[in-house]
Amino acid sequence: MTAVVGTRMLRKEDPELLTGEARFVDDLVIPGALHLAIVRSPHAHATIKSVDLTAALAQPGVVAAFSGADLRSEWAGPMPCAWPVTEDMLNPEHFPIAVQTACYVGDAVAVVVAETDMAARDAAELVDIDFDVLPAVVDLEDALSDRVLVHEALGTNRSYTWELIPAPEAVEEAFANATHTVVERFVQQRLIPSAMETRGVVAVPAVYGGEFTLYTATQIPHILRVLAALTVGVSESKLRVVAPSVGGGFGSKLDVYAEELLCLALARRLRRPVRWSEDRMENTQATIQGRGMIQHMELAADADGRVTAVRVRLLADMGAYLQLVTPGIPLLGAFLYGGVYDIPAYSFVCTGVFTTKTPTDAYRGAGRPEATYALERAMDALARQVGVDPAEIRRRNYVRADQFPYSSSGGLIFDSGNYEPALTRAMEMAGYDDVRAEQKERRSAGGTKHLGIGLSSYVEMCGLAPSRVLSALRYVAGGWESSTVRFLPTGKVQVVTGTTPHGQGHETSWSMIVADQLGVNPDDVEVLHSDTSIAPHGMDTYGSRSLSVGGTALWLATEKVIEKAKLIAAHQLEVAADDLDYAGGTFTVKGSPDRTMAIGAVAFEAFTAHNLPDGLEPNLEASSHWDPPNFTFPFGTHICVVEVDEETGKVDVLKYVAVDDCGTQINPLIIEGQVHGGIVQGAAQALFEEAIYDDDGNLITSSLADYLVPSAADFPSMQTDTTVTPSPTNPMGVKGVGEAGTIAAAPAVMNAIIDALSPFGITDIDMPATPQRIWTAIQQAGGTNGGPR
Amino acid sequence: MITASFEYRRAGSADEAIALLTENGDDAKLLAGGHSLLPLMKLRLARPSMLIDIGRLADLSYIRVDGDQIAIGALTRHHDVEVSELLAREVPLLPAAAGQVGDPQIRHRGTIGGSLAHGDPASDLPAVVLALGGTIVVRGPGGERSIPAAEFFNGFMETALAADEVLTEIRVPRLEGAGWSFQKFNRRAHDWAIVGVAAVKTGAGSGSNGEGAGVALVNMSSTPVRATGVEEALASGASAAEAAAHAADGLDPPSDINASPEFRRHLAQVLVRRALEEAGV
Repeated sequence: MTAVVGTRMLRKEDPELLTGEARFVDDLVIPGALHLAIVRSPHAHATIKSVDLTAALAQPGVVAAFSGADLRSEWAGPMPCAWPVTEDMLNPEHFPIAVQTACYVGDAVAVVVAETDMAARDAAELVDIDFDVLPAVVDLEDALSDRVLVHEALGTNRSYTWELIPAPEAVEEAFANATHTVVERFVQQRLIPSAMETRGVVAVPAVYGGEFTLYTATQIPHILRVLAALTVGVSESKLRVVAPSVGGGFGSKLDVYAEELLCLALARRLRRPVRWSEDRMENTQATIQGRGMIQHMELAADADGRVTAVRVRLLADMGAYLQLVTPGIPLLGAFLYGGVYDIPAYSFVCTGVFTTKTPTDAYRGAGRPEATYALERAMDALARQVGVDPAEIRRRNYVRADQFPYSSSGGLIFDSGNYEPALTRAMEMAGYDDVRAEQKERRSAGGTKHLGIGLSSYVEMCGLAPSRVLSALRYVAGGWESSTVRFLPTGKVQVVTGTTPHGQGHETSWSMIVADQLGVNPDDVEVLHSDTSIAPHGMDTYGSRSLSVGGTALWLATEKVIEKAKLIAAHQLEVAADDLDYAGGTFTVKGSPDRTMAIGAVAFEAFTAHNLPDGLEPNLEASSHWDPPNFTFPFGTHICVVEVDEETGKVDVLKYVAVDDCGTQINPLIIEGQVHGGIVQGAAQALFEEAIYDDDGNLITSSLADYLVPSAADFPSMQTDTTVTPSPTNPMGVKGVGEAGTIAAAPAVMNAIIDALSPFGITDIDMPATPQRIWTAIQQAGGTNGGPR
Repeated sequence: MITASFEYRRAGSADEAIALLTENGDDAKLLAGGHSLLPLMKLRLARPSMLIDIGRLADLSYIRVDGDQIAIGALTRHHDVEVSELLAREVPLLPAAAGQVGDPQIRHRGTIGGSLAHGDPASDLPAVVLALGGTIVVRGPGGERSIPAAEFFNGFMETALAADEVLTEIRVPRLEGAGWSFQKFNRRAHDWAIVGVAAVKTGAGSGSNGEGAGVALVNMSSTPVRATGVEEALASGASAAEAAAHAADGLDPPSDINASPEFRRHLAQVLVRRALEEAGV
C-alpha cells in the first residue's frame, strides 16, 4: 500500500462541516432544556449592594433567577487556577458569579433561567441591581502603583514576580562590556480571540443515577471534567464532558468558565437540562482575552553586532482574576527571548498585575508571539545601530546547525534546527535584493509611498510538555497524552485519542498515521475523541502539542498492536516471531515471500480467539501513554513587504513569504492551512486588532464592527515553503505548526512598517499600526506631504 | 445580539406599506434589505414595535433611463447597481461606489433606497447621490413628492422622509462622459469609510450651480454632506490642490477609534485632492 503520510490528503472532517451536518453545541437538540441568561456588570469595578429579581421572576416563561449570593452555596470551591507560578503568588478568591464585588465589565452578577432563550434574555434586562461604583484601574503601569486596588483584600495589584536569571553576573558583565546596547519598550495590546463559534454549554442531568453530561465548546473536556467536578462538587465519576464540533478556540476555549459551572450547578439545582449560548458581545467581554503586556527589552552586543546578552522585564496584565493558566502565559515565552540566536547571557523577570478588565489567558502562541515580537523588533533596532542589513544581523547571531542539540542560556535544550537555510529560501522567494533595490530607488525619487521590508526569524517550544518540566514550573498537571488503537472484526480500525481537535484536522492526520502503520485505508480508520466517556484519558489540545504528544502516543499504540499481531501471525504461520518481517500491514516470513499474513486477518484471528498462542489475550488492541522527554522546537523565517502611504498612514501588505520548519510532515495541506491562518492572525495584531478600554474600564471594541478581525480581502496571497529538520524528541520526528504563523507574523509586518518609515527617523509604532498612528508619527517626526525631509 | 420582540407584517404593495405606516405611526419601521436596521435592532439601539417588510416589492427594483436622468427603484440591491451595464455607461460613479459597500453578502441584500432612507453619514451611497445632485422620490398618503438630495439629509440618521412615507425612487443625472471619482478610505475592505469622497466633474457653467465639480463627503459630519468649500473654491477658479485644502471647511467631523477629527480633516483634504485629480478637474 502506498504511503499516505506526507501527501496532501483532503480533510475527512470537511464534508460534514461544509454541508452543515456538523453539530455544534448550539445545534444540539436537548428536550426540556432551560435557557440561561446572564446579567453582567456594566461597571468595571463595583460593590453589589442589592439584587432585585422580582420583575424578572414575574416574566412569563421564567423558571428561576439568582444572585451570586443565592448561588454561593452551590460551589465546593473557587474558580480554579492550575498554574500558581510562584509559591507566594496572590490569587483572589473568585466564584463563577460575583458575590460581593464585580471586577470587570462583563463579570456575571445575576442569572435568569427560563423556558426559552428570548424569555431569559428579556427577563435578564429587568434584573435590578444596586451597584456602588468603585474606581476602575485600566492601565498596567497605573495598576502597579496600587493607586486603586482591584482586590482590596490582597492589599496590592501585584500577583507575582517570576524570574529566570541563571547567571546574573554574566548579564551585568555583558552589558558593561557592550559596544552596542538596544533598549526598547514594546506594548502588546490586548487581543480578543474571536473564534468563529462563540462559546456554548448544555448541562444535562440523567433521569436517575445522579450523572451529568456537560456538552461544551471547549478545547479541554478532560481537564474541565476534573476541575468542574471539584468546583461544583459533583463526583468526577458522575460527570461526562463532551466537546461536539467546536468552531475554533485559539486558546480561548482552554479554560474553565463560569458559564460551564453555572449550567452544571443550575441543572443540579433545577433538575432539568440548562443551556447557554454566548452572543458575540458577551464573547468580547466574558471570554478571556490574549496578550496584554508591556515589554522592556534590552540587548547587549559587540562591535560586530553579535548579541552577548538579553535582559527582559515584563509587566503582564492578568485582568481581574486568574483564570485557568493566566499567570503562566508569560512563562511560555520566558525561555524564548533569545530566540534563534546564540546568546550567552540571559535575564527574564515578569510581574503579573491585576486590572479591572476581562481576565487574560492563552491566545494562539501564548507567550511565544510576545517573546518573538520583542526580540525581532530589537534585532532590527540593533541592525540599524550597527549599520548592517537585518538579514545580516540575523545570520551573524543564529545558532549554527552544528550546535544542536543546543543548550540555550535560558535553560532549554533545543532539539534540532537549521536556521540559515530558511532565511536564505525566504529571501529568494521574496526577491529580497530586488525589493531592497526598488526601495533605494523610491527613496531617492522622493515619492509619498514608502517601501518597507520586514524579517522575522522565530523558534518556538511545542509539545507541551514534559511532565517533569511542568512540575518545575509549578503547573499542577502533567503533559502526557494517551491513545488506544483497536482492530475491529471487519478489519477497520478504531482510534481513541486524548486530544481534542477543534479545527486542526486530527481525524485526518491520525488516520494517515494509522493507515501507514497498519496498512489500512485511511477511510477505514475511525478517530474517537472529545468525550470523556469514550476517551477517559487525555490532556487535550493547545500549544501545538497534539501531533508531537498525542500523535506519538498513537504511533506507539500502533507499534504495540503490531507487536502483538506479530505473535499471532507467527503462531498461525508456524514460525518464530523473529522470522517475520512487517511492512505495509503484511507479515512475511523472512526468505519466503509467498508465506504472508495480512494484519487484518490477524485481527480477525485475535477476535475469534480460535487459535491464539497459549497465554495470549484475545483481541488486537493497545494503549499508550506518552510523556515527551523534551519540547519540540519548530522554527522558520518570514518576510513581509509593505507599502506605507505617507499621506494617509495606510499600510498595504504587498508580499508575504513564509518558510517554516515543523519537522516531519504528516499532511502538507493541513500545515499550509495552519500557516495561512496563523499568519493572518499574527498580522492582524500588527495591523488591525486591539481590545480598547476607556478610562472607566468599558470595552469600546465590543462588536466585530469595532474590533477589526481582518478578512481574506485584507491580506495578499501568501507564498509558503518549508524546510524539514526532524525532531529527535519523538519517533516520527514531528514538531507542531498550529502557532508558527502567528508567532512569526506580527514582528515581520511591524519590522516592515518601521523599515518603510525609517527615512523619517521613526523607530517605533505601537500595534496595531493604524493609519492614524502612522500619520501622527510622521507628523511628530516633522514629515510633510511630498516626502521625508 | 438578539432583537427585542416586534410584530412583523409583509406589505404586498407600496400603498399597503404606506397604509400600515399611517396606521402604526412612529413605532413602525420599513424593512427592505435589513442591513442597516437589523444590526441596530440586535444591539437594541432601535426597538420598533413593528417591521413592515417591503423587501419583496419587485416593482420597486429597476434601473431605467428617463429623459436626461436615470431612475433607480428604491429596492434595487447594491449588487444590481454594481453590475448594471446601463449605470456603467451613464453614471459609472454609482456602480463604482455600490461595489465598495460592505461585502458581497451585504451587497446582495442591502438596497439603495434603504441606504438613503437610513441616512447614515458613514454610508457611501448618500454622498454619491449628493455629489450627483440627485433627487429622491417618496410616496405617502398624500401622494408623491420629489426631494433634492441636498435637502434630504436633515440630521444624524434623520431625513426629510416622513414617518408615513415610503422612499420609492432615486433619480440621478446622466453624466455624459464627465469625469468622476469615488475615494473610500477604510482599514478593512468591508468597513464603513473612515472618510469617503464622491466627486463629479461638471465643467464650468454646466452644473446646476455653475461650479466645476460636485463633491460630497462620507463620515465627515453628522449627515452626508457636500464639500461646499471645495465646490466654491473651484467655482472661483482654484486648482484642484488649492480647492482640496477647503475639504473640511465648516465641518465638525466625528471622533472614533479609527480617526480623530483632526485626522479626518486631513484625510478629507488628501482624498478630495485625489478625487479631483482622478475626475480630471
